[in-house]
Amino acid sequence: MNKSIHQSLFFLFLLLLQVIVLNNINFLGYVNPYLYIVFVFLYPLKENKFPLLFYSFILGLSIDFFSDSGGIHAFSTLFIAHIRLFFIKVYFRKTPLDFPFFKLKDESFGKVFNFTITLTMIHHLIYFSFANFSFQNLSIVFLNTLFSCIFTLILFFLGTYIFTKKE
Amino acid sequence: MQQIIYFFQKFKYLLFFLLLEAIALFFTFNNLNFHKSKYINSANRITGSLNTSLSNFFEYIELKSKNELLSEENTKLRNQLERNRLLSSKDSTVIDNAKYNQKYTFTQAKIINNNYSKQFNFLTINKGKSAKIDSEMAVINSLGIIGITENTSENYTRVQSILNKNSKINARLKGNSTYFGTLKWNSNDYNTVQLHDIPRQAPLKIGDTVETGGKSTIFPEGIPIGSISKINQGNTANSELEVQLFNDMSNLRNVYIIKNLHKIEIQSLENISNE
Repeated sequence: MNKSIHQSLFFLFLLLLQVIVLNNINFLGYVNPYLYIVFVFLYPLKENKFPLLFYSFILGLSIDFFSDSGGIHAFSTLFIAHIRLFFIKVYFRKTPLDFPFFKLKDESFGKVFNFTITLTMIHHLIYFSFANFSFQNLSIVFLNTLFSCIFTLILFFLGTYIFTKKE
Repeated sequence: MQQIIYFFQKFKYLLFFLLLEAIALFFTFNNLNFHKSKYINSANRITGSLNTSLSNFFEYIELKSKNELLSEENTKLRNQLERNRLLSSKDSTVIDNAKYNQKYTFTQAKIINNNYSKQFNFLTINKGKSAKIDSEMAVINSLGIIGITENTSENYTRVQSILNKNSKINARLKGNSTYFGTLKWNSNDYNTVQLHDIPRQAPLKIGDTVETGGKSTIFPEGIPIGSISKINQGNTANSELEVQLFNDMSNLRNVYIIKNLHKIEIQSLENISNE
């Protein structure tokens, strides 16, 4: 019970943070971080994938509502939510037995870095390709992906550094 | 039957994933279509009220500069009014009928959400159906054009900005000539838009003013847009001009919505000729 309240508060926090602050940064005129995908990274691992797929879809769609982007955020967030399990198996070598004990902060920095950078890259690439919606200006898509990816990851690692308790 | 159930059992996550992706794609494609984009947009109660409270906060910060802009505009309009009064007092052939033959009405509104860094940009304003705002009305401010209204809810309206790759606006060169073209945006820079289809024989200079052409039922003619900043000289029939906007699209607050009272009349005429 306590856990689900915690999850929904985290959901709301990420949504408001993205919509109120991060969507309006426009660093250098166009670079914005998309930190809300952290929800997909940190959602607890379970055998049942339905809740994660559903919640990430709703989170993406709510951000679409605020930023007038149709269903692009929903599409790309749902996609990384779907392939998350595959990359967890690849990078962390976990079997379904380990799922209840898996926590991202207990893993080594290198593995976490690889994992997050892969998912962030895929998410941003899908997002910007759909936002551009043509085969012209492909260089802009790749540049946007790269810059936003760097921005998002810096914020993610700063955030985890600040908010994790030291034992 | 057994096999179908087994199939669903095996691929249930994939099927659920594909279903949600299809929904997202449906919304994405609808959003790009001007007349169909009614599902996912920022002109609804929840996003509208959050954006309003946010914009109230930022409005307070920029109060001074916006006030100066408004008083500047007031001065300009007062001067224009005085000039007209002088003219009409001299001339005795004022047609009284003109008073009742108003073609456009103006409504004041505020922008509560502004995008300019994407390829398909939209704005949200704080007036909606309750203020008799409908789709396909012009949105301008004192410096120039901003966009066209698209989706209306009870109290909010979404505006398709001129910084949208779908935006097409009839524009002409200011002055004696009546050469006109289409104003589009290539999504590179939010300060410049492109004017297409201006004929080759049109006399062009850098710095010439571009204004709305009045050949649509949305914008009245003669509303300023920007000045020509670059002329692409080539041998192609449809040359493309870079137009520097008068408006700073990243810093907008007070706008006017223009309603064309003759729109239905004009459209009914045009539809007859099409059939």
